[in-house]
Amino acid sequence: MNPVPTAENPFAGDNSGIQKRETAARWALRVGSYIVVIITLAIMLHIFIKGAPVTFQSKWPFVNTQFLTELPSQLHVIEDKQGNHYETGVNGADAIKKQLGDNFRSEKTIAYSGGGILGPIVGTALLVIVSVGVALFLGVACAIYLSEYAKHGKFLEMVRLAILNLAGVPSVVFGLFGLGAFVLTAPVFVDVPADRSVFAIPLGFTTLSFEGWDTCVLSGGFTLAFVILPVIITASEQCLQAVPQGFRETSMALGATRWQTIRYSVLPFATPGILTSSILGIARAAGETAPIMFTAALAFKDKLPWQKDLPPLPADASIFAHWEQSVSRFLGIFTESVQALPYHIYTLAAKIPQNEYSERAQYGSVFVFLVLVASLAASSVLLRKRLRAKYRW
Amino acid sequence: MAAETPAPVSEEPLIQVEKFNYAYGDHQVLFDVDLNMHSKDVMALIGPSGCGKSTLIRSINRINDLVESARVVSGSIKIDGVDLYAPNVDVINLRRNVGMVFQKYNPFPRSIFENAVYGLRVAGIKDRHDLEEAAERSLKSAALWDEVKDRLHEMATGLSGGQQQRLCIARAIALQPRILLMDEPCAALDPIATARIEELILQLRGQYTFVIVTHNMEQAKRIADRTAFFYKGKLIEEDDTMTIFNRPNDPLTESYITGRLA
Repeated sequence: MNPVPTAENPFAGDNSGIQKRETAARWALRVGSYIVVIITLAIMLHIFIKGAPVTFQSKWPFVNTQFLTELPSQLHVIEDKQGNHYETGVNGADAIKKQLGDNFRSEKTIAYSGGGILGPIVGTALLVIVSVGVALFLGVACAIYLSEYAKHGKFLEMVRLAILNLAGVPSVVFGLFGLGAFVLTAPVFVDVPADRSVFAIPLGFTTLSFEGWDTCVLSGGFTLAFVILPVIITASEQCLQAVPQGFRETSMALGATRWQTIRYSVLPFATPGILTSSILGIARAAGETAPIMFTAALAFKDKLPWQKDLPPLPADASIFAHWEQSVSRFLGIFTESVQALPYHIYTLAAKIPQNEYSERAQYGSVFVFLVLVASLAASSVLLRKRLRAKYRW
Repeated sequence: MAAETPAPVSEEPLIQVEKFNYAYGDHQVLFDVDLNMHSKDVMALIGPSGCGKSTLIRSINRINDLVESARVVSGSIKIDGVDLYAPNVDVINLRRNVGMVFQKYNPFPRSIFENAVYGLRVAGIKDRHDLEEAAERSLKSAALWDEVKDRLHEMATGLSGGQQQRLCIARAIALQPRILLMDEPCAALDPIATARIEELILQLRGQYTFVIVTHNMEQAKRIADRTAFFYKGKLIEEDDTMTIFNRPNDPLTESYITGRLA
């Protein structure tokens, strides 16, 4: 029987049904959150358990230096008649076979799984540097324009909508765009335009030829930059909007120009937030596979980007005597194709026959990849914390 | 009306507002405002919220230009006879001569020193000695020097509210403007800090021409030489502060100052 309000207790009533629904709702939400946490932990733990033993070792220096400092190579696994396995690179295989003599039973070769992953690490680092550099420059410029200069109205709303939609474009589309725009048609200065040049503008001393940058760090970095651009623009604009309007008015009232106001009284206070947005950008740029497949990454490359067959610079003079050459060689790093971690992992996981050795290389790469991205993010967070402590209002 | 009251001072007014009409988009907020402000006077603008007094004060240094849809419909504001909205007026130069203090004290999250010299820095003054001299002079004028002289390079945001507002005043007078506009300078302060700001205004009176928007009638009585009452975008009455508060001409003014205006 339901209690009814009476003179003694005007608040009497039966709310057990409401209570039950409340409890059910709370538990449904709680269970959902727990599932997310558990899955995240499971992924992390799985990668740690499988990947950490590849990266770390029990003996000094506790880190598997070979895995971090060597380029990927073929792995040879030789089995003797007692069932012992010997792992070696291309060069060591013959020596071991000779040593084993009659005891030799079989030899397996596993592509890409030997050596280390220095090539992919370097490639990913270069791609991230180029893409975040380009995206921060373009993105912050765009965000400043949208937030500080552009007039409110339909057009601005459309631009914002377009930027948001850009974030939803599948990354493989960006990859194809990068292939068409940067690899095949971007402008370069050359003496003689190539046959595939879309068109060439003679400038007298040189020719500006739209023949593309080829598959290289620059093409991949620019493509990735466009992938992360929407994230950076949107986040930067929000950070700029979060700077109190009073700062702008005060600054202008003190006779500052609009640019001075932005430079001294808006940007410095938005920087911590913009750095946060670049964290998201770094993680995304480092992790994308599709945009770099056609534009920068190779499945296998036995050289680092700066290892080229060039004559060494004359040793007699200081590096500054040949600075032009030094600079051009430094820039040459960015016109090389590279290996990259996500693409390397994809190759190991999907392009070669699976066995314990390839799986080991794969989880080792994944683990290093995660640690890299996490430490990049952590350093950005630290920097932001320090800046934020400095600028508070 | 202002025009009907004989001005007690014979000299040319410093600021002349003539038939000034101002609008945000299609929404007009000031209607045919005629107002003269004399050099070295303290002028208080009073009136209920939304009456246009803030818009008027923000039009004198053209800071309202930042508001996107804001526009002058007709009429003019002149300083020394020069129309501020004429095309050959350099807004930057105007704002250096017409300082402004805002309702919410908002020093930049920088050091006290950097706040005090901000206007000079953006004006291109780089000499350390000049900047230090100007900082000391303006902080002294704003009666803040003794409190902050030992911590000039600490964050301004660590000061108390009243100190921050006095720093904002110092920042404005570092440029040695002729006119100081104050948009409800004490609205965010407690009574003690308010009293110090009022004291400061009384000290500085005679050095600058003050235009002060205030909701505090007692404050207007205490500090203003002349008071203008606005209602619904129109100037209702402008006169000697004592006349306005003791013998207002217009019944609207009287009902506002006695708190009976809805």
